[in-house]
Amino acid sequence: MADLALSSPVVRQSRLLAALQRGGARLWVGAAVVALLVLVAVLAPVLAPHDALEQDLMSAQLPPSWIVGGDHAYLLGTDSLGRCVLSRLIYSARTAVMVALVAATLAALIGVALGLFAGSFGGWVDQAISRLIDVWMAFPPVLLSIVLAAVIGAGLTSVIAAIVVVDWTRFARVVRAETMVQLTRDYAAAARVIGLSRAKLLRLEILPNLVPLLATLLAVEMGIAILVEVILSFVGISVSGDTPTWGSMIAEGRQIVYQAPWIMALPIGCIITSVIGFNLLGDGLRLALDPVQRS
Amino acid sequence: MTATLEIDGLKVAIGAANVLRGVSLALQPREVRGLVGESGAGKSMLGRAVLGLLPANATIISGSITFEGRNLLAMHETERRKLLGRRIALIPQDPMTSLNPVKRVGVQIGNLLRHHLGVSKRVALARASELLAEVAIREPARVLSLYPHEISGGMRQRVLIAMAFACDPALVIADEPTTALDVTVQRQVLQLVERLRQRHGSAVLFVTHDLGVVAKICGSMTVLHGGRVLEDGETADVLARPRHAYTRALLAATPRADRPAEALRPVPPALIEQLWSEARRLDRLTIAGPT
Repeated sequence: MADLALSSPVVRQSRLLAALQRGGARLWVGAAVVALLVLVAVLAPVLAPHDALEQDLMSAQLPPSWIVGGDHAYLLGTDSLGRCVLSRLIYSARTAVMVALVAATLAALIGVALGLFAGSFGGWVDQAISRLIDVWMAFPPVLLSIVLAAVIGAGLTSVIAAIVVVDWTRFARVVRAETMVQLTRDYAAAARVIGLSRAKLLRLEILPNLVPLLATLLAVEMGIAILVEVILSFVGISVSGDTPTWGSMIAEGRQIVYQAPWIMALPIGCIITSVIGFNLLGDGLRLALDPVQRS
Repeated sequence: MTATLEIDGLKVAIGAANVLRGVSLALQPREVRGLVGESGAGKSMLGRAVLGLLPANATIISGSITFEGRNLLAMHETERRKLLGRRIALIPQDPMTSLNPVKRVGVQIGNLLRHHLGVSKRVALARASELLAEVAIREPARVLSLYPHEISGGMRQRVLIAMAFACDPALVIADEPTTALDVTVQRQVLQLVERLRQRHGSAVLFVTHDLGVVAKICGSMTVLHGGRVLEDGETADVLARPRHAYTRALLAATPRADRPAEALRPVPPALIEQLWSEARRLDRLTIAGPT
């Protein structure tokens, strides 16, 4: 009997490095943007030059400091109440990050659980969950969030709840389909033949195969959560009025957009950057984690 | 002595189509039986029925499958799961897709051992390493730390064979384990199955369409067509004096080193047609009931 040796020394620096390489520029840029966002949120009290609520009516609607008429004390200018725009942007990141992380994670947990359930049981369980998803998705999501936030009342918790309640379907639907696909694979049959129960089969064999997909979905969902929070705070049913958010900054800046366009433009820039950041991270993660791309 | 596996009059239908039309066969302890037949003969279905892996739309119409004296079909699901992987194991058909792509080889073998033998993680890894050495894999410790896509198809098949025999099963169902491999690797795999079978004292049901494979390692054989057993006996007898016309036709269609290639004869279409009409007559009889 011939011994079988590895044909060539498998060249591999570290798996982590290889994965980072596969992710490419998207992964790097996305991770950098998201990391920066989180850092800013965590360090807001240190980074912000002023108190976000401190009003200085004498210096209202100052333009950014490099423009004629700007004040060096206010790097990005002030709003109509004389509050520091930079500080408000920095403090707003806290709400955005909090909502993104918590809401997306909770939505993922619920969605994945129901998706696995539907995908593995099939039959009437699948029918029930799938029809529920269909009905759920038939509602315009933003409208549903607005109604929910209005019903539950304002506040961070209700914003998060509204996003979770609306967006679990995104995960459930994808996970259900992918679970069904994975269960037909030979390795799943092989795992069943070694006597694994359904729960163990899902946990040990199927779930690890869903990780690349989930990481991608989660990152994209975080971007979406930020957007929904912006919309809710724009219409004024997000967190309470004394907490700065990008959405409320846009709403305030909108009224004086002709006199002081930067007040509205800056939060919009922040939103676009962070959403693109999350999307790039999702894309990069997909490339980095996809087992098919590994070799 | 109780037979390891006894299948009696097994009838299975998928939707309205009958795939097994009353198959009976028995496997004694340590016996190696070849199950041969063309595509669609029902040989894989038979293996799946024993493993409880029939597709969801399949129904077992009648018959029984007895493993070491216990009826598998009447057994509760959890009871049956305890046998799978431990007393009844499978060597799957396609080594390329039968390992979980995102888990290291060592973790997969380790999980199997921990699931059935309840050993610790460390013991499981040590045992996994021994198992790989047993299937003649060099540097087993290193292979354990690799992902399936990092090792060759031949090596993956060896890993799967090692997993099948890991818990000293009484019965191993080998579902065309050589079909997806090239010819040189095939021989090694056959030797390996033979060696491990002897060492672990398992009976093997070897599903294949390759009569050469059957002649090499199976003591007995069953010829299946259209979900029925056409011929059954010691391999040497069947090959030397085939009784059924279909077996004779199969033999004439098998290339052999001592015969020129021109001597190969395809299985006559008339014979196939006749066999299928017999099978259909059997179906009608079943529906009408015994008279």
